[in-house]
Amino acid sequence: MSVVNAAATDAGTRSRLRIKDVRLEYQTRTGKNVVAIDRISIDVPDNEFAVIVGPSGCGKSSLLYLVAGLADPTEGDILLGNTVVQGPGADRGMVFQSYTLFPWLTVRENVEFGLKRRNVPAKEREDIVNRYLNETGLAAFHDAYPKQLSGGMMQRVAIARALANDPKILLMDEPFGALDSQTRNTMQKLLLRVWEQHQKTVLFVTHDIDEAILLGDRIYVMTARPGRLKEEIVVPIPRPRSMDMVMDPEFIAVKRRILELLKNEIKDDEH
Amino acid sequence: MARKQSLLDQCLTPKSEIPGSLAFAISALTWVAVIAVWSILTYGGYMQDIFLPSPSAVTAAFFRLLEDGTLSQHIWASLQVVVIGFVISSIIAVPLGLLMGTFRVVQAGLEPLVNFIRYLPVTSFVPLFILWIGIGIEQRIMVIFFGTFFQQLVMIADVSRGVHKDLLNASYTLGASRRDALLHVLTPAALPGIIDTLRITMGWAWTYLVVAELVAASSGLGYISMKAMRGFQVDVIFLAIAIIGLLGLFTDLIFRVIRLRLVAWAN
Repeated sequence: MSVVNAAATDAGTRSRLRIKDVRLEYQTRTGKNVVAIDRISIDVPDNEFAVIVGPSGCGKSSLLYLVAGLADPTEGDILLGNTVVQGPGADRGMVFQSYTLFPWLTVRENVEFGLKRRNVPAKEREDIVNRYLNETGLAAFHDAYPKQLSGGMMQRVAIARALANDPKILLMDEPFGALDSQTRNTMQKLLLRVWEQHQKTVLFVTHDIDEAILLGDRIYVMTARPGRLKEEIVVPIPRPRSMDMVMDPEFIAVKRRILELLKNEIKDDEH
Repeated sequence: MARKQSLLDQCLTPKSEIPGSLAFAISALTWVAVIAVWSILTYGGYMQDIFLPSPSAVTAAFFRLLEDGTLSQHIWASLQVVVIGFVISSIIAVPLGLLMGTFRVVQAGLEPLVNFIRYLPVTSFVPLFILWIGIGIEQRIMVIFFGTFFQQLVMIADVSRGVHKDLLNASYTLGASRRDALLHVLTPAALPGIIDTLRITMGWAWTYLVVAELVAASSGLGYISMKAMRGFQVDVIFLAIAIIGLLGLFTDLIFRVIRLRLVAWAN
């Protein structure tokens, strides 16, 4: 279990994400109380790529929604810097698993959406949008509507849209889960490249262990429902990362460790 | 493996496309068939004029009424009633329906009442409307309004409920306020559904026209068919029905064009 550290007053931790003793309970339609998340504490170091893995239904997506402020924890607090998260805001950008592009807006207008809401002047807006369209390889598609794009392209736009807003932290909820494996690899490479440029704090949820190790600096392994933090693993693989590293002994060692943890989880779940 | 389908195969495969020219030819053929059956029944003497007038009798009635200027006057009267009633209804129903589908409070407040009123027969309210607002054009507009408003409300609430919540959530994480989400996400997302609803309910508005003009009207297509009934002018009744149908077809076309132009992104 990680311990909430006391050095939170450092100047360097102004935008640090801290999840403190968070518990999430909800009622099903039949009136049954379900504990989705049970007392999780996580302290994500600044500018790190943090990944949450866990068995399906362990509440990892719920945790992301809590950080985004799209739901409220039953107990506990989520802090970004020194402010308690209350409701959603532009400082926490999110890429969803489902395709959430605005279908009535072109690729350019989608990426521009957050900037417009925040009244960024038109000229500046255009520069920012162009930069992110280039970075994500979308420049040629700027006038297309989401309906004309493939799944991978849509998630590129979603990433560009979230980053254009320059959030303090980027939340990603299984963003590549619905893509075929080849497109997923392309997107992982793209995300690695973009992230290594911006070095922003990322909280990434996935159930794909290879993806977790390839992308993450730090992996939080969760238990089955009710979701608790089972272990925090620091990935000892240097950057820049590449796809070939999945065969490296360090990579395989981390993978074996996570598989072990999750295997026990499934056993625990059986009785 | 590419297998070349025969035209017959294409026609018999569920949801398979057929050439545009074939589709057009089949549509035209339906009309030709209807008019052919009509001609055979009337010119062949199988049905008497008094029950079913011949195509030429209806055409003659058309020119007769066109020349004495009454036809355009009645069409104008009916068009006014339908359009005004429909527009007033839509102006209120679209925003209110969106709110009803978006806010549980509004839904809880309105839905039970609306669902009750929605099933009341419009015809039975006509005497009440006459009692309350007289026999002017307002009464006829009221019938159209009453016939379309509650249906629109329920259908538009459904459209707004169908907008995926993650679309709103995405906008919040981009810094949108609740007002932004309502105006810049929910409303545009619902627009194709709103236009479809308006198109369907416009058709219903036309069907209520005759109900509106049956009682206490002194002009309009419903009125002339009522008056023609008393004089057994069946050709005029058929003419009035045909014109209502054509006007309905025309307004439908307008909504199709609006949908293609305004929400091309959804097609």
